[in-house]
Amino acid sequence: MSLFIDGFNEALQLLASGNDSVYSAIAVTITVSSWSLLISLLIGLPLGFLLGYYNFPSKPVVRTIVDTLLALPTVVIGLIAYTMLSRSGFFGSFDLLFSQKAIIIGQIVLGTPIVIALTATQVESIDKRLYLSLKGLGANKWQILLTTLVEARFGLMTAAMTAYGRIVTEIGISMMVGGNIKYHTRTITTAIALETGKGEFVTGIALGLVLFIIALMVNIILSVLKRKWV
Amino acid sequence: MKKILLSTVLAAAVATTSLMAKDLMMATTTSTDNTGLLDYLAPKFQKDTGTTLKWVATGTGKALKMGSNCDVDILFVHAPASEKKFVNTGYGVDRRQVMYNDFVIIGPKQDPAHVTGLAPSKALEKIKENKSNFFSRGDNSGTNKKEISLWKKAMAKAPEKAAWYVQTGQGMLRTINMAAEKNGYTMTDRGTWIKYQSQKGDKNPMKIVVEGDKSLFNQYSVITINQEKCSKVQPKLAKQFSDWIVKDSTQKVIADFRLLGKALFIPNANK
Repeated sequence: MSLFIDGFNEALQLLASGNDSVYSAIAVTITVSSWSLLISLLIGLPLGFLLGYYNFPSKPVVRTIVDTLLALPTVVIGLIAYTMLSRSGFFGSFDLLFSQKAIIIGQIVLGTPIVIALTATQVESIDKRLYLSLKGLGANKWQILLTTLVEARFGLMTAAMTAYGRIVTEIGISMMVGGNIKYHTRTITTAIALETGKGEFVTGIALGLVLFIIALMVNIILSVLKRKWV
Repeated sequence: MKKILLSTVLAAAVATTSLMAKDLMMATTTSTDNTGLLDYLAPKFQKDTGTTLKWVATGTGKALKMGSNCDVDILFVHAPASEKKFVNTGYGVDRRQVMYNDFVIIGPKQDPAHVTGLAPSKALEKIKENKSNFFSRGDNSGTNKKEISLWKKAMAKAPEKAAWYVQTGQGMLRTINMAAEKNGYTMTDRGTWIKYQSQKGDKNPMKIVVEGDKSLFNQYSVITINQEKCSKVQPKLAKQFSDWIVKDSTQKVIADFRLLGKALFIPNANK
């Protein structure tokens, strides 16, 4: 227990002292995960809408595939991304391995199925009469898409949050395709793994605290937004 | 608060520029990273040459693999036999010795297997007889390869299946920490051991039990990845680094890298 309490105290001091390797890991995490979430949303929201809104013969198959992707461990995604992005791999000529872009790509693979699956569920759960009234009022496809997404906004925010939570806390992808390079691709989670591995538990706890604070802030923002929009 | 904001902004700036900058990419062993040697050398290299050094710290085995996948420009590793093989396959060129230290077997202060001062193979035999926990990296790193060769010398092969032979699959410092928690023995390079000592101070439950044998010598070298095999690598930047690290002034800098007053690595470049 004393290890934890000492760690906690020293962690606060470390954070207050502005330790540059700690802040660089924080900055990398925020930069990378924001991009990943943004792109996952851009891809996932429309696809999720299509999946939830339309009925087509292969729908159960697609649904199963999306749901299976949700269960992929991040190290597996990391491993696949690694073999693709390696210079001896399929996309090797783009020279992406061990860069922040590589982490972003891996995290998009992680985040997009979450956004698709949750969006589809939200869209499906919306009152069917909405579509009928919209059609009756002469709305076109895009207007239906937009209105539905607005109607489902809380559910979609939850989808985005869930995706963000998974992206920000994942370690397998960042470690494998990022390479945990100090000041460049070292994220909060890979830094925690490294520091605890070296026995530097204090730094690990400091970084864990930061991750907690990020999660807390995102949730506060979300609840404020919800209240405003009701 | 201002300081925190400032450092976040600075870090963000660093993070963003790294999205485009072209830097020297190195794969290296955990000891050069865990000890802080590369953290100490990289800024000096940057200052002298203007090139940024980025490194991925892993076992020597995986580092060599990264080399043959063409994913890095240079290797900084310590498993001479595997390195020579790597050079013979044509992936590596211009292997140069940089520095050395030695391996030591460390164990609990009470030394339950009574191996203190023995020769390495004798010590391993006694650890086996006593069924004391032995923590192996088990990750194909240079240290792991050396450790397995010592087991082979002591008995026909490493006791892979024995319950007391624990393969951690993790880096050196983490493996030492595991051995310390579980009252076991392990083999490490002296640099990482000194780093561990400096972290633990008075609370250190471990001590060196075996050292000084000729077979425990630990040579570190740099190897440039051959551009003929890997068109994307940057041999010029790699050469810049390997010229730099064998230079007298840098060799002196390595000798000056100390913890608790002890040198972690001893430079021995013969250019």
